Amino acid sequence: MSDLLVLRIVTKILMPFILLFALYVQFHGDYGPGGGFQAGVIFGAGFILYGLVYGLDALRGVLSSDILRAGFALGLLIFAGVGVAGLLLGGNYLDYNVLASDPVKGQHLGILLIEFGVGLTVASVMISIFYYFAGRGR
Amino acid sequence: MIAHLPALQVVIPLLAAPACILVRGRDLAFWLALVTTWAAFLVSCLLLDQVMASGVISYELGGWAAPFGIEYRVDALNAFVLLIVSGIGAVVLPFTPRSLLIEMVGEKAYLFYCAFLLCVTGLLGVAITGDAFNLFVFMEISSLASCILISLGPHRRALTAAFQYLIVGTIGATFIVIGIGLIYGATGTLNMNDIAERLPQTGYNRTVIAAFAFLIVGAAIKLALFPLHFWLPKAYTYAPSTVSAFLAATATKVGVYVLIRFLFTVFGVEFSFEVLPTAFPLMLLAVLAMFVASTIAIFQDSVKRMLAYSSVAQIGYMVLGLSLVTVDGLTASMVHLFNHALMKGALFLAIGCIAYRQASFRIEDFAGMGKRMPWTMAAFTAGGLSLIGIPLTAGFISKWYLILAALAADEPLIAALIVISSLLAVIYVWRVVEAAYFRKPPPDAPAGEAPLSLLIPTWILIALNVYFGIETSLPVGVAEHAARALMGAGP
Repeated sequence: MSDLLVLRIVTKILMPFILLFALYVQFHGDYGPGGGFQAGVIFGAGFILYGLVYGLDALRGVLSSDILRAGFALGLLIFAGVGVAGLLLGGNYLDYNVLASDPVKGQHLGILLIEFGVGLTVASVMISIFYYFAGRGR
Repeated sequence: MIAHLPALQVVIPLLAAPACILVRGRDLAFWLALVTTWAAFLVSCLLLDQVMASGVISYELGGWAAPFGIEYRVDALNAFVLLIVSGIGAVVLPFTPRSLLIEMVGEKAYLFYCAFLLCVTGLLGVAITGDAFNLFVFMEISSLASCILISLGPHRRALTAAFQYLIVGTIGATFIVIGIGLIYGATGTLNMNDIAERLPQTGYNRTVIAAFAFLIVGAAIKLALFPLHFWLPKAYTYAPSTVSAFLAATATKVGVYVLIRFLFTVFGVEFSFEVLPTAFPLMLLAVLAMFVASTIAIFQDSVKRMLAYSSVAQIGYMVLGLSLVTVDGLTASMVHLFNHALMKGALFLAIGCIAYRQASFRIEDFAGMGKRMPWTMAAFTAGGLSLIGIPLTAGFISKWYLILAALAADEPLIAALIVISSLLAVIYVWRVVEAAYFRKPPPDAPAGEAPLSLLIPTWILIALNVYFGIETSLPVGVAEHAARALMGAGP
């Protein structure tokens, strides 16, 4: 490990920027290019970089498989749940107009929430796939 | 809430699937899945009732108007297929906990329920949606989920069977999405009803014909039409019995639905059967499926594989009915869709009961099964009789309507072939019955009936086989209604 000093330091420096950029892509997605899927991939890539440099066990210490599994289930639940919320508030399924006082705000809120669900699921699945590939033969 | 039934039909299992992962516990996940499938069944009953009473239901997802947003469109055909899928799901699911313990690892059972519910979501979604691209997405959900379910089989070969299913299923899905893409290029819309309205105006140019070819071949792979059936026997043989029962009774039925929907609604009878000569090749392949697959079934050692080949043959009957391009033929095809789901479901569940006692499905290991597991074997025999088409069973009704339709369409040869191919079914069912009732069980053979939680679902399906063999107003009534709508100006 000691001979990877440059890699380790650079990874440590880059990590917060990668995660911050992921959050930017996530929450700026409705104004600029981006959205849940891209953000999830970037967020996952940050953790995968950490796992590649510091080893699988270190990464597992941060995010266990159970958390990830809950993450991808929760993401889908958020997406589908926002749809049901629209339904309960008197609109059709996935109708965001009724989520807030006026339709524009409602659409804004709805897309933000479901994209968060997408991001959560995609990031969890990306890291899980990395676990399965990197953990083979153990 | 009644107005939201079309959305709830898909959303209930979709929400329950991730919830199964979150609750973790095996029993909790089971009860959640059980309540979900029963709720889905209730919703599909209400939908069918509503459609039969007041006509087509249209639901706009997200409140976006129809040709632009995704529309769920429920007519008699959709509602009928929804009823089959959710009904079989509701009957098969109580079977799973006992069956799973025997056939696969129990601790990850909550993941099984998640995959099962996702598969139900996908199949229901394909059946309910009125949007061509949405149909493709749901088809992918269902085939990925069924791939997981197949890979859970007790034998290691389940993994290769699942992998083959994945590859072939992906090829089929790719064909379908290419077809949808071409049709979108030609008409500029994805709403199936809108496509049907716009196609005559755009004219039947080469793009449309290519789209038609891609869609029909893709659907044929998905429904395992001979000679594109090669993935099916492996998948059904190595999957856990519960999964075989569910998939045999629903997945190929949804495939047939997609074929009917594209041939009759999207492209329309005129284009599909008058501009292009589609009827004859379909009829030829259907007859080949009936004979070749039944003959292969006769020579199988494994009872499960035999049933799988018999499924390929039965799909031949369904395609044969629709290839007659008459109201009677379509009715017969849809009635067989319903009845075959009942009989294959029952037969695979009986196999699941046997799996509770012994791991082998070879015919010689069925020796004396009539004494060792009398109730299970009686159910198997009754299901077999229905498969052959003995009067007073559901199978007789579908064969009867098929033969009448063939005669009405002035195809006496086809009618004769239906009767002859039924005789092949007599041979392969008899081989099992003979082993079970007329051979002595080996002295060390395991004996004892399967537990009630396995027998009751099996016998419910057998009872339905007999019930719908006598009282046919539900399947025949709905099928006729749907067939008239399909052969008329549109749904």
